[in-house]
Amino acid sequence: MPAMNDDIGGYDAYALHKTDENGDDIVSLNIRVSGVHCAGCIQKIESRLMDNDAIDYARLNFSTGSLVMRWHGDVDMANDFVQQVSHLGYGVYPLDQIDDAQDKENKFLLMCMGVAGFAAGNIMLLSFGLWITNMETMGVATREFLHMISAVIAVPAIMFSGRPFFKSAFTALKNKHTNMDVPISLAIILATGMSLHQLTQQAEHVYFDSALMLTFFLLIGRYLDFRARANARSAATDLMSTLKGFVSIDQGDNNYKKIPIRDVKPGMVALVAMGEKIPVDGDIIKGDTMVDTSLVTGETVPVAVKTGDHVYAGTMNLSASIQVKIAKAADDSLLADIVRLMERAEQAQAGYTRIADRAAKLYTPMVHTLALAAFALWWGIMGMAWAPALMIAVTVLIITCPCALGLAVPVAQVLATGSLMKKGILVKSGDALERLAAIDMMCFDKTGTITKGEPTLVGDYQIDDLQLAASLAVHSSHPFSKAIVRAYDGNLLDITSVSEIAGQGVEGVIDGQKIQLGNVSWCGDDTAIEFDKALSSVALNRDGHMVEVFHFEDILRDGVQDTLQMISDGGVCLDLISGDKNAVVNAVAQGLPFDDALGGMKPTDKYNHIEQAKADGHTVAMVGDGLNDAPVLAGANVSIAPGTAIDMAQNAADIVFMKGDFHAVGDVYRMAKRTQTIIRENFAIAIVYNMIAVPVAFMGLVTPMIAAIAMSGSSLLVILNSFRLRMQK
Amino acid sequence: MSVLIYLIPLAMVLGLCGLAAFIWSLKSGQYDDLDGAANRILNDDD
Repeated sequence: MPAMNDDIGGYDAYALHKTDENGDDIVSLNIRVSGVHCAGCIQKIESRLMDNDAIDYARLNFSTGSLVMRWHGDVDMANDFVQQVSHLGYGVYPLDQIDDAQDKENKFLLMCMGVAGFAAGNIMLLSFGLWITNMETMGVATREFLHMISAVIAVPAIMFSGRPFFKSAFTALKNKHTNMDVPISLAIILATGMSLHQLTQQAEHVYFDSALMLTFFLLIGRYLDFRARANARSAATDLMSTLKGFVSIDQGDNNYKKIPIRDVKPGMVALVAMGEKIPVDGDIIKGDTMVDTSLVTGETVPVAVKTGDHVYAGTMNLSASIQVKIAKAADDSLLADIVRLMERAEQAQAGYTRIADRAAKLYTPMVHTLALAAFALWWGIMGMAWAPALMIAVTVLIITCPCALGLAVPVAQVLATGSLMKKGILVKSGDALERLAAIDMMCFDKTGTITKGEPTLVGDYQIDDLQLAASLAVHSSHPFSKAIVRAYDGNLLDITSVSEIAGQGVEGVIDGQKIQLGNVSWCGDDTAIEFDKALSSVALNRDGHMVEVFHFEDILRDGVQDTLQMISDGGVCLDLISGDKNAVVNAVAQGLPFDDALGGMKPTDKYNHIEQAKADGHTVAMVGDGLNDAPVLAGANVSIAPGTAIDMAQNAADIVFMKGDFHAVGDVYRMAKRTQTIIRENFAIAIVYNMIAVPVAFMGLVTPMIAAIAMSGSSLLVILNSFRLRMQK
Repeated sequence: MSVLIYLIPLAMVLGLCGLAAFIWSLKSGQYDDLDGAANRILNDDD
């Protein structure tokens, strides 16, 4: 839910000021906008900004959520423009500088791919001529001419576009281990080098085409892989940006000034208006209000707080403005603790080795031994000259080069994430599905995850009572009031002099009678009507008599039962971990296939629960939505959050499902399993291909044409097999 | 075969034109926001 701040300030500090050649002032500002979901949002924001005469440029990047604006004039206009965006209903956060490392990497890979593609295409054009004729028709001079041109295209192109592999291989070797890029680099470099040597010898075969095609194919795989992972941005960095907001501080004499949260010191007095997020931990010194703590504790029902009570950063002030005496600097707040916990969790994540890398570990030494054996056989035993013997070894390297392996994983993952995207499930990191397929334990948060996260009116009530209650409830923003309004659709009565009493309820007057809706202890009668104390209840009182008690329940999302059963049947252990009261947690877990249901868990408890499970050898998935789940989402092996989750939880999660239905969790789990099967099949195809092609290469029978056919053939097979992910539902 | 002397350079020049166009589009930021571009096509301004 984006915060709607009415007075936005401090953004001028983030704006960049420049003077252009005409001496005009040009100011630019980058901010992060949340809540952008569709084309309409882009247009709304951009055209709203462009309506200002001063603004020269406004562009919203949909993928990253960053908005760039440039205008001529005063730096202070920044706050006005940001406010315009905020008024459209979007959340705005300051952005210190653009994190452009990823952007550069993306461009670098694309550039390499473009150059390799261009060069490969042109060389193929020449190579076809070489393949389809023989020397008698073509003549040595023409052949040498074509070889020469191939070399002129290939050598610079490979030097340019091979860099992603060379760099990575070099780093790996420097750190004394190998990865998939070592055999790739070796094959590319050796094939190019030997072809240059062949060229000087006017030999029949050169392998520039193979070397380039190899580079091109592998770059496609590399790019797809990068795209799939690009969305997995560091969640902790994003979290910190919520600490980058501003807070109104009392300067004395009721004079308030906005300062950045990071500059807040203990002892200052902050004014938190109704509907604002409480920025730092502190004690209330003036005002009574309701506070939504769902971000921190996961509990849906707002808590009433009064002067002297302690409030936490990240909780939302619902009903009245309060003055808070700051107890801790922003760095020491509970929110900052959670951020630190998340950073620790993310660092712990780095140890995961992806399946492609595991395959490479087995593959690399095998390929190199084979090539070496080929060289030793022909040169040492068969007495061949070193150059042709080395050429045979190079063809072994070209043939075994993991083209299919390099494509097997990214293509399957990109197709799987693509078809999940169509179902409204966003997979943010390419290997998330891989990790999900490997889990043997799944933990769930309760509120907002397996339940809808908002109370729903349950039971049957007199229509008159419901009408009266709804007429009063429309004046309140309490979740119970909203639930009553949702449950009633009809005319509302006109109630006068309505007031809300924090922590108690709402009251008003109709036909001279006093109407109250609220706590049973406030306006009800504990003894008059039997009511179930386990349920959350609200009483309706008319003219001093209690007429009805409304009951509420946080009902389960659709499809929870089926989905949990399906996952449980797959041999996965299911745990429910919630910050809510034990009794409520147990009531919800009733009838669901949970192995364990734990209530009263604080964020650190949840985190420790997962860490303990991981230490016990489990591979754990976490499904959660609140701030209290964010560290756990970051710490679990793989994590899923609903689209209704707070931004931080969505950022921390690997997978986000946008529709309200819980079936999405089952869908993504099934898809993860299927993708893993397809990837294994792809590996099998690559192995079978190698078993056929390697002996041929070993015998020295591989010409450039055979190498080209074999390479594209196996890559094509792997891609076609991956497309099976699209065919079945 | 002498026709190759013209045709091959011609083919390469054409290819280079394509490559130059690609590099230009990359440098001018047309690949920065692919999801955004997919969405923007739905907007019917100008």
